[in-house]
Amino acid sequence: MASQTLYDKLWAQHLVTQRDDGSALIYIDRHLLHEVTSPQAFEGLRLTGRKPWRRDANLATPDHNVPTTLKERSAGNAGILDDVSRIQVETLDANCESFEIEEFRINDERQGIVHVVGPEQGATLPGMTVVCGDSHTATHGAFAALSHGIGTSEVEHVLATQCLIAQKMKNMQVRVEGKLGLGVTAKDIVLAIIGRIGTAGGTGYAIEFAGSAIRELSMEGRMTICNMAIEAGARVGLVAVDDTTIDYLKGRPYAPTAEQWPAAVEAWRDLVSDDGAHFDKVVELDAAEIEPQVTWGTSPEMVANVSAAVPDPASADDETVTQGMTRALEYMGLSAGQKITDIRLDKVFIGSCTNSRIEDLREAAKVARGRKVADNIQLAMVVPGSGLVKRLAEAEGLDKVFIEAGFEWREPGCSMCLAMNADKLGAGERCASTSNRNFEGRQGYGGRTHLVSPAMAAAAAIEGHFVDVRSYDYDRADAMSA
Amino acid sequence: MKKFERLQGLVAPLDRANVDTDLIIPKQFLKSIKRTGFGPNLFDELRYLDEGYPGQDTASRPLNPDFVLNQPRYRDAQVLLARRNFGCGSSREHAPWALDDFGFRVVIAPSFADIFYNNSFKNGILLITLDEATVDRLFQETEASEGYRLDIDLEGQQVITPNGEAIPFEVDAFRKHCLLEGLDDIGLTLEQAGAIRDYEGHHRAANPWLFRDA
Ligand code: SF4
Repeated sequence: MASQTLYDKLWAQHLVTQRDDGSALIYIDRHLLHEVTSPQAFEGLRLTGRKPWRRDANLATPDHNVPTTLKERSAGNAGILDDVSRIQVETLDANCESFEIEEFRINDERQGIVHVVGPEQGATLPGMTVVCGDSHTATHGAFAALSHGIGTSEVEHVLATQCLIAQKMKNMQVRVEGKLGLGVTAKDIVLAIIGRIGTAGGTGYAIEFAGSAIRELSMEGRMTICNMAIEAGARVGLVAVDDTTIDYLKGRPYAPTAEQWPAAVEAWRDLVSDDGAHFDKVVELDAAEIEPQVTWGTSPEMVANVSAAVPDPASADDETVTQGMTRALEYMGLSAGQKITDIRLDKVFIGSCTNSRIEDLREAAKVARGRKVADNIQLAMVVPGSGLVKRLAEAEGLDKVFIEAGFEWREPGCSMCLAMNADKLGAGERCASTSNRNFEGRQGYGGRTHLVSPAMAAAAAIEGHFVDVRSYDYDRADAMSA
Repeated sequence: MKKFERLQGLVAPLDRANVDTDLIIPKQFLKSIKRTGFGPNLFDELRYLDEGYPGQDTASRPLNPDFVLNQPRYRDAQVLLARRNFGCGSSREHAPWALDDFGFRVVIAPSFADIFYNNSFKNGILLITLDEATVDRLFQETEASEGYRLDIDLEGQQVITPNGEAIPFEVDAFRKHCLLEGLDDIGLTLEQAGAIRDYEGHHRAANPWLFRDA
């Protein structure tokens, strides 16, 4: 057989029928659900008298609307003060109950952001197709699973048929070779990639992230990168299977049992692109050249090196780009030529499905250890990605490090990543955030978001403005590597 | 899904690239468990001068006079003209629901984000991709003449301008068929239930660890 890319293999393995017009029916192995994009889909099933095709393929958890403060959380759903939010979570509970779908409810220790929960449980496995009514489903591609976000109509379609109507994408490879500098992390790699190819650079492609710098990353780091593939326009981000993948999965609750394990591992070993496989587009980056990244605008592609200055819109060679940059600077309250390290902040958010896993919290805690949050920072919050991440962090004493430094230590959920719960920015407030989108209003009406890595966010909290973590004194020895 | 009928649609120009789904419908409106009622909050942050919240009476809110859809001449627009990478960002189907609820049946742009593209067709909204230069020209024509309408002919895959110029566009055959006939995807897929079961049997035999119900 001709050489295949990892994506080609996953696609071929899930093809149920191919239509003449290029569209196909592909089989879905894992369907993750949360409260925001599922109610209308369940309603659709009810109206048509349909049932889920395969209950055990589904796993649900509420994440977007849940409060992150202990007082509210201890009251369960009743602690969700906003009626509309509470109804949405209650609706998920009721739907999962009536359609017999497994759900980790609000105060189940396994609850959390759906993209943190799936991998943590081993519910995301190599060789699977994984979908969720959420664009950051790309995260799960770190396990060599064909994963992408879908809309609510498709959620209903997957529930009812276990399949999706899809079209094969093109193949792109992004190779990151070489060694990352100390203090430079997976988040900086992916922001640098988006800065290079733009927010539409990956549209129509499945991106496979490859190269020695990617191989060096832990599963957490790989998830951070795949998570933001969608910010480069690609629905799918992938990383090939290696020992890091397999070691991560061993013993997780949904992973194959001991007797199935050897056969599973053998099958997974093939989930790599063959030598000589054809990619429609290849992009290469030198890891050694990547600096810590900070976004300055209202789109993830508006990103700069921490050592740089805010760019001048007049420098763009395209009028639409100049207009976009001008509008972004106005919204962000910044001016061209201002040094990134001179940008002063009001709030800091460490969390989201991009950076709320244990390793992210460890990185941030290293920076925060023995230091204090600056006076001009009104709120610095750390929101673990799941109840299990929270428990592990507490076992390691990270909660104390954060609390002593003046951070708030919260309950798991999406929180201020998109501010559907009570955690949000006020108009004009400026935030260093480890999340994935800096769109206008994303973290609150009029709020100003700068995307950075966990270490950069923690350092910004301590100094009150951006600093280059590479010049910062903290233990970086085993930063973000396998 | 409703059928897509040929229309002579009034065109509104939204001159801005990378319009993301948060801009199309801000997250606070995603708390609804319904599919309808999002129209008054379409482009909420651009359209109003204050911050919107769900369940509010939008009639009493201060309008942003500079926003294009607030201009009387575009009030009944059915065709939205936009710039590149329209609909980027999240998978929220609330974005096409809001466009539909407002009355848009067609969006024309040089490029669209993938998930948004899918979601729109599933809701009977036709997305037409035209090259930058053509879109640019349509912007100029729309702004130059009040009441500018385009004849959207999906059957013939062409957009016809008021002076009779026909601009062809591409759309894949399956999506076109579903739109023209108003077909329900799920019903169509379930006609292939046998093929799905066959596949599932083989898949389970090869990868038993993917099935937990055994
Ligand atoms: S953390 Fe943010 S990006 Fe991730 S699923 Fe939640 S809202 Fe979406």
